[in-house]
Amino acid sequence: MQTASDVKEYREELRQALDNEFLRQAMDSFAVAYRAGRAKAFAGMDVDGLIREIAQAKDDSISRLDELYDEFKRNAEAAGTKVHLAETAEEANQIIAGIAAAAGVKQIVKSKSMTSEETQLNRHLEAGGYEVTETDLGEFIIQLRHEGPTHMVLPAIHLSRYQVADLFSEVTRQKQDVDIERLVKVARRELRPKFAAADMGISGANFAIARTGTIALVTNEGNGRLVTTLPRVHVALVGLDKLTPTLSDALRIIKALPRNATGQAITSYVTWITGPNECVASPTGKKEMHIVFLDNGRRDLAHDPKFAQVLRCVRCGACANVCPIYRMVGGHQYGHIYIGAIGLILTYFFHGRDKAKNLVQNCISCGACKAVCSAGIDLPELIKAVHARIQDETGSSLSNTLLAQALKSRRLFHVLLRSAKLLQRPFTGGGPYLRHLPHMFAKDQSFRALPALADKPFRDTWEEARPRVLNPKWRVALFSGCLHDFVFPEQLNAAVKVMAGRDVALDFPLDQSCCGLPALMMGQAAVAGDVARQNVMAIDPSKFDYILTTCASCASHLKKAYPTLLGHDPQLAARVAEFSTKVIDFSSFVQDVLKLEQADFIGDGKKTAYHAPCHLCRGLGVVAAPRELIGKAGLDYRQSEEEDVCCGFGGTYSTKFPELSAQILKKKLDHVVQSGAELLVTDCPGCILQLRGGLERRGDAIQVRHIAEALADVLTEIPAK
Amino acid sequence: MTNMDELVTYFTQKAQAVSAVVAEVNELRQAFEYTVDLCDRKEACQLLLAGCEAPLSPAAGELCQRRQDKIIAAPGLDAANYQELDTLCRNKGLTLIRDDLRGYLAGIDIGLTVIDYGIAETGTLVLNSNNEEVRLATMISEIHVAVLPKSRLRQSSTDLEKELEAMMRMRPGYTAFITGASRTADIERVLALGVHGPLELHILLWEDR
Repeated sequence: MQTASDVKEYREELRQALDNEFLRQAMDSFAVAYRAGRAKAFAGMDVDGLIREIAQAKDDSISRLDELYDEFKRNAEAAGTKVHLAETAEEANQIIAGIAAAAGVKQIVKSKSMTSEETQLNRHLEAGGYEVTETDLGEFIIQLRHEGPTHMVLPAIHLSRYQVADLFSEVTRQKQDVDIERLVKVARRELRPKFAAADMGISGANFAIARTGTIALVTNEGNGRLVTTLPRVHVALVGLDKLTPTLSDALRIIKALPRNATGQAITSYVTWITGPNECVASPTGKKEMHIVFLDNGRRDLAHDPKFAQVLRCVRCGACANVCPIYRMVGGHQYGHIYIGAIGLILTYFFHGRDKAKNLVQNCISCGACKAVCSAGIDLPELIKAVHARIQDETGSSLSNTLLAQALKSRRLFHVLLRSAKLLQRPFTGGGPYLRHLPHMFAKDQSFRALPALADKPFRDTWEEARPRVLNPKWRVALFSGCLHDFVFPEQLNAAVKVMAGRDVALDFPLDQSCCGLPALMMGQAAVAGDVARQNVMAIDPSKFDYILTTCASCASHLKKAYPTLLGHDPQLAARVAEFSTKVIDFSSFVQDVLKLEQADFIGDGKKTAYHAPCHLCRGLGVVAAPRELIGKAGLDYRQSEEEDVCCGFGGTYSTKFPELSAQILKKKLDHVVQSGAELLVTDCPGCILQLRGGLERRGDAIQVRHIAEALADVLTEIPAK
Repeated sequence: MTNMDELVTYFTQKAQAVSAVVAEVNELRQAFEYTVDLCDRKEACQLLLAGCEAPLSPAAGELCQRRQDKIIAAPGLDAANYQELDTLCRNKGLTLIRDDLRGYLAGIDIGLTVIDYGIAETGTLVLNSNNEEVRLATMISEIHVAVLPKSRLRQSSTDLEKELEAMMRMRPGYTAFITGASRTADIERVLALGVHGPLELHILLWEDR
């Protein structure tokens, strides 16, 4: 639940969560075990193909929700089910309370339903005097604790066996052992009489199949089966997004949902219910069955060209499982009701701007969620879009607006950077780091040393440094990005050195500016669009075979986001498409285009770890190239744990949520140290800023180099042509 | 190996992976003997319903008191088979029931069912559970013994779509996919079997050709 009124309060809550050691440990072991379990469950399957099919089928359903609802209603009612449609959460709760009242219900048992969490159904029913018992073990536990779930599939993942034992001791008024097997059995026995006495069972549904008017429940514990069998009244509360045309659509999703949620090939139970079934406890011998469909903004969403894909979500929870932030702070701080990346987005649509405004800023945009989503939802993009929408609605903060305005004009932005260069002098002590930052700038940034701006930006030395090529095989435009232009020009120079003498005609169009990703991260979509336009005009793609960038974040932004940002402009669409197609990252260019070989290097066998930048391995899908280059270069590649997990930089993220950035960095550096490496190589200057700054603070001697530098260091002499 | 042998092996492997006990029987009588034997061998301490040994609140504890005999429920059997099983049960002093399972919500020892289809890919059983007694037998039993005719075994759920669609079209209809025992990982992600449903699932592959 989100109660923080502003980011400051939210950060305080995050700090408290970070201090919860049990939570941290539980989340860590979960994150690691989840990845292994998921990989095993999907082994040998075409996961991407399956996800594509699910996305397509869901998009089709979303485009005709009303039609599917009508078809479902017709078929379900022919089977004897009463079908209701609630426009709002409040209305859904009223309908259900009305059903209970009309049927003379006193006691209610529930199986797990995120939709009923969304509507806060229990609160409504309890206020009406009904006794409501959650029967899913995790939900039972959190209901007793009067709190919300911290995971969509594992609602009580934040609690220890000791806490559960204490809780159950209180409930039974008997001392309970701290033994999970036994605690589970205690819940089994404590809950059985509730099932026996209940008049009404409330469930959710994973699917509502229009063709047959059938609902399906995907469960493990078996409580869902009891809830839908024992009480004489059954009410299923179902989001309209669960409507699906046929059984085969549901079977397809079942191939992905349990595998992606918990690494199970299938859950213990999948229950398919059509109409009111036999019920000995009912005076008619049949159940009274109701299905309450919940709109609560879903029909509007379905018509939103950008956000409709949110309704593809099958609630597997995978986006939380892989999120480095969720892993640090848990679900109570990473969602309102719905948790994880999808939760950040749904909170805005289902629970309003106020609950979402802090949350949506807490995304580091590492893309881990997008890479595992069962339905291929572009979660990081949509989180940024919600952030932007909120800023459009409320106006952004002054500092945010100023930064955005500065970014918008390349001249202004570069003048500011050059002035900063002069201003920083008192703080560097002549070294490569800012040593004595005034408190207002250094606040919470002590976890890493910040680099000083370079003496001369790359652009100022370009004319002099530009290699002359007589018979070029490839014409390549360099896109530096801000960090390689103004902070680490030596890394870009190293890249130039690696390419020198290999028939690559390089150009550095001087009108290029920031790629615009920082603007998007600040929720300034319009500025991001402006900057993108400037770059696409600055570099004429028709004049080059490739647009090469040594910054993974810039590369992925230019290649993946530009078409979305600018593609709607008919005058620009073709140019943007060509531009994006030609964007390539440094490692791929050297490995796949220049095809450098072992003979090109004379490495010294230095023990070398690799950090896979989010925007390279997931953003661009480049995985093998840099690692193969490390091998070819004669370096001794030492694999470290969780190589492809974010380093915690995330651009402006690390200044907005420094505590989290620091913790993510710590984990990353621990793994690197464990690998025994002397050298850490990566493909992105942002990661380098973070990793190098962190190691400097730790006083660790491991060197951090851009892969271009690592290669330039060990180049075999090229014969002059 | 024939296709059927391969399918049986595949199914067995997948079902065992989710903690099911899998055995083969040549005739239904063997399945009955297996069930009776299993119930008979249940040790005295296991006679206690799962959880009854734990300190409970009075309401929950009360349910524990109502149990005396070892009980097998086999609501789906036809009269002749039921008779045959009943004789075996009597010989061992076990009680066999087929209706009024709501009177036994505290729990029964074994629920015996004959399964409609098996899905090898996931080790899944498909059971038409329109009959409330059948439904309850698979929910409130401590051990669910499921007889799966080999002729009803299929590779994947996709191969069963026509049959499943027909089950969905029943008005009303309650179809259960059952894969392994009831499970939870809600406390510290530690797997625990038998949270609300059966603690064990035994699958008897029946050579019915």
